[in-house]
Amino acid sequence: MNKWNMIIDVAKCHDCNNCFLACKDEFVGNDWFPYSVSQPLHGHKWIDIMRKERGQFPLLDVAYLPTPCMHCDDADCIKAAKDNAVYEREDGIVIIDPLKAKGQKAIVDSCPYGVIWWNEELDVAQKCTFCAHLLDEGWQQPRCVQACPTGALEFLHVDDGGMQRVSESEGLEVVHPEYGLQPRVYYRNLYRYEKSFVAGSVALEDTDECAEGAKVTLTNDSGQVIGRAITNNYGDFKIDGLEKDGKYSLEIECAGYKNRELRVSLEDSRNVGVVFL
Amino acid sequence: MNMGTIQKLTNGTTGGPVFVYVQDGRVIRITPMEFDDLDAPSWVINARGREFSPPRKTTLSPYSLAWRSMLYSPTRLLHPLKRVDFDPAGKRNCKNRGESGYEQISWDEAAEIVSSEIKRIKREYGPAAMMATPGSHHLWGHVGYRHSAFFRFMNLTGYTSAEHNPDSWEGWHWGGMHMWGFSHRLGIPEQYDLLEDALKNTEMIVFWSSDPETTGGIYSAFESTCRRQWLKDLGVKMIFIDPYFNHTAGLLSDKWFAPRLGTDNALACSIAYVWITEDLYDKEYIKTRTVGFDKWKDYVLGKEDGVPKTPEWAEKESTVPAREIRALAREWGSKKTMLAAGGLGGWGGACRAATGGEWARLMICLQAMQGLGKPGINIWGTTQGAPHNSEFLFPGYAEGGISGDVDNSAAAYRFVYRMKFKPTRSSINSPMGQHVPRLRIPECILDGKYEWRGKGFCGQSIEAQFHQYKYPADGYPEIQMYYRYGGSFIGTMNETNRYVKAYQTDRLPFVVNQSIWFEGEAKFADIILPACTNFERWDISEFAGCLGYIPDSTCQVNHRVISLQKKCIEPLGESKSDYDIFALLAGKLGFHELYTEGGLTELDWVKRMFEASDLPNHISWEDFFEKGYYVVPMPEDYKSTPALRWFTEDRKRDTPDWGPHPESQEEFGKGLQTTSGLLEFESSSLNKFDPADEERPIIPKYIPSWEGHHTTELYARYPLQLVSPHPRFSFHTMGDAKGSWLNEVKDHRVLKEDGYYYWVIRINSKDAEKRGIKEADLVRVFNERGAVICAAQVTERLSPGTVHSYESCAEYDPLGKPGESADRAGCINILTPSRFITKNSSGMAPNSCLVELERYEGGEA
Repeated sequence: MNKWNMIIDVAKCHDCNNCFLACKDEFVGNDWFPYSVSQPLHGHKWIDIMRKERGQFPLLDVAYLPTPCMHCDDADCIKAAKDNAVYEREDGIVIIDPLKAKGQKAIVDSCPYGVIWWNEELDVAQKCTFCAHLLDEGWQQPRCVQACPTGALEFLHVDDGGMQRVSESEGLEVVHPEYGLQPRVYYRNLYRYEKSFVAGSVALEDTDECAEGAKVTLTNDSGQVIGRAITNNYGDFKIDGLEKDGKYSLEIECAGYKNRELRVSLEDSRNVGVVFL
Repeated sequence: MNMGTIQKLTNGTTGGPVFVYVQDGRVIRITPMEFDDLDAPSWVINARGREFSPPRKTTLSPYSLAWRSMLYSPTRLLHPLKRVDFDPAGKRNCKNRGESGYEQISWDEAAEIVSSEIKRIKREYGPAAMMATPGSHHLWGHVGYRHSAFFRFMNLTGYTSAEHNPDSWEGWHWGGMHMWGFSHRLGIPEQYDLLEDALKNTEMIVFWSSDPETTGGIYSAFESTCRRQWLKDLGVKMIFIDPYFNHTAGLLSDKWFAPRLGTDNALACSIAYVWITEDLYDKEYIKTRTVGFDKWKDYVLGKEDGVPKTPEWAEKESTVPAREIRALAREWGSKKTMLAAGGLGGWGGACRAATGGEWARLMICLQAMQGLGKPGINIWGTTQGAPHNSEFLFPGYAEGGISGDVDNSAAAYRFVYRMKFKPTRSSINSPMGQHVPRLRIPECILDGKYEWRGKGFCGQSIEAQFHQYKYPADGYPEIQMYYRYGGSFIGTMNETNRYVKAYQTDRLPFVVNQSIWFEGEAKFADIILPACTNFERWDISEFAGCLGYIPDSTCQVNHRVISLQKKCIEPLGESKSDYDIFALLAGKLGFHELYTEGGLTELDWVKRMFEASDLPNHISWEDFFEKGYYVVPMPEDYKSTPALRWFTEDRKRDTPDWGPHPESQEEFGKGLQTTSGLLEFESSSLNKFDPADEERPIIPKYIPSWEGHHTTELYARYPLQLVSPHPRFSFHTMGDAKGSWLNEVKDHRVLKEDGYYYWVIRINSKDAEKRGIKEADLVRVFNERGAVICAAQVTERLSPGTVHSYESCAEYDPLGKPGESADRAGCINILTPSRFITKNSSGMAPNSCLVELERYEGGEA
């Protein structure tokens, strides 16, 4: 049985908000019985874009995490709802029945991803439906995916085995795998949002030139090499994919110059600044 | 399910063409267009062993997706309104404008008051006593556009136009033009076929004051996004020079430089210094394709003023480390590099500053040194230059639509001969009549006199911008009435408390405002005429189709798409289309027949425009009406003609460009528009005009900004440099405030506990810490010109000493007296200087602005 899955590339999202706005266009003031009732005019974010800056001026990057409903295979909202008010379809989409769910505020609080919203006026919990009402009419993608200009959002209609293979071969990840809820929203390049980096610039003091081709080695307290980099023509280096809250040693080697070693205490991503050799 | 009763229609927006779904008289959905197999095939570019072809759909800007929230906005003007304390036969109480309430009146009463005032003013003063002006942009649709319906009416009734400064072009217009001509493009270059050129040849792109993911070229949504991604995938290195780590940088940057605001020109000169001293420039090209290089080279080397423009010198000015400047110069000088100076290929916030004219010139200087026009090397914004059918004629909005105004639009180029109508002209809105500069509306109203150079967009020739004008013009009256079409100036002009004050004076006895929403300047009018949106009327348009001063602007889009803008719903309330409003007034003024050509409706005009284009050769009116859009096919034998390649090879121009005019060339089609026909490091046009002008010297120079870190007394009081670029999510004011969904975009406005959506100002973490400011705190941003309340965003995307807040707040919400108290809505333009770029460059310089800010705890401020 083919099921709907979403893949989000964190490295391709630049926060244009087309997905957020397309979702509002589809659902504000529109009832799509029996899938959903109208989203309130303001306030809901059925796809919520979380934002992160990593590093410090001038070495930094920015990452965005579009966060729709995860359409979990083992959803907490289904368990928290009374009267089968929340159910998973055969194609994997999780729907909150807008009539049965009336008054059930517990559904909102049940979601550890925080993607369920309360509609005060209509007294019902609401969330992203993967635009199931459109998919059932023959659309191949929900509104957000259609509106995305960079290809950050992809939508796949494939069986669970097939999705598993894609996930493994392309190194996809889910957010909060430890919840164990089997989301069907996967992410590429999630490290951009969740991991940290150490960056810096190496310069040659005697000639006042950028040190190109310097070797940078990052080791942890046990002496294990965690990452390596070679500085580019601006002397810049970046070692990524690190856990937050780490203590590291950074060693910089450049032929003809004395090595430098720095201690780096990483709370979050760090630009260690300019290191003169 | 009742999906069967939903109609799928077509329309067009400033941010792209759309499918519009309507059910029971309500718009329920607006989406981009997806093509079918019957639509023309997409082009394919072969480069570096790969094939590149765009997705078969259109893209849409964020605000276009928010259109339903604007269409049904609670601030829509639904009825004609009269200011309660305005009585045209009695007391006008002009000083109360902006504070008075409004009462509903009928259309007949409104039209009667407006037309009576127009007649009275003509009788007592003359037709030029009515000043009128639209905003820079308009809702989409070429029949309804301001160059069309508005011009036709104003030309027939007579008016003093408040001419627009060349806002998007500024430094290119007043500076760049003097190096390479392109006056028919207001100083920015052609861009034909540079996408293919870049895919095949380019190794590096330097984006200097360029954020195409935000600005979308012009009107072209995200068409070029996939094309930049192709280049990135090919390994093209991408460098960004911008005070802010902008959104294109966030997606694609390999290296970011943030020179202090106002010092880009020092950085540019020092790059040239490295190229000269390390022999990293194209000497052959300089020798054969340019004049005056030696004189400029002497300046760069310090032989003229004793100051060699070394990287060390530039580091002191700009804060960019000298060693990094050297590394950049060396990389740029040894790789085939495109310079994306500005988002369109030209433009860019750096051109709208005290240093803007010199910046544009220096951008041209740098690429001239690298062989501008050679394979892979050009000034290219990455937004234009897709393969393009330039032969297929569908007019841009700038070709005058139904006005046929050959003086103030590009109608004379080709369209006025094709269209079946009586064209209109205005003797007043001509160089021999009277006009005022939009940037000096307040001075003209309040002081009653002004002198300046340049009438609006000076595209006819390089010399046109030197021409001097005065207000009042000889024999013409002072302004007695303001017909304001739109309401954006408080959020978009500069030092905008001036505009508020200009309304609150008895020297301006009558103000009409024609707007869609009750916002901004609409709240200062005596009579408000409610206009409807493009979804409530018929029109026809093309995706990114302005043309005019941007010939073949449609080479931005991946597919040329012409849309029938179907009337989706009836106008809300009593609102009317602009055309119908003008027709109503024309009736009262006795020229209804002339205006409407014997009673034509908007749909009739749409059909005429269809017939005047090349569309009938390809599709019948009936089929076009049914389908609602047409994708223009590529010619079978398409031949790529890269921009300026003909120039480097000293051939006759082979691109389809619209200029230069033969009168300015020794041999038509050979060389540039300049007197020498070459790139002029030493400008012959400036030499003929005012060679002693130190503000705009005959060779380009680094001249410290008249409001920046060198103006030490001011800088000591206001130590933060403000950059106010084009907004990310709205299209200027289009989409902002008015209850739009855009207000909920986190990076657009911040919802605070008081229920208000505050405008964002971005500040470096160190500057924030010093002032005790945390994320989302309210702050008061201020200088001598006024104050604005914003929500702070603490960021690393700026260097310390620089703050960033977008221009174009749509609303004006003063905490106390209008024009004299802090604005809570976010009109950052209250703080920017009104001073012209130079004494003879009558352009805006908002990005030379010093401010301070502090935590805001409440009160009137």
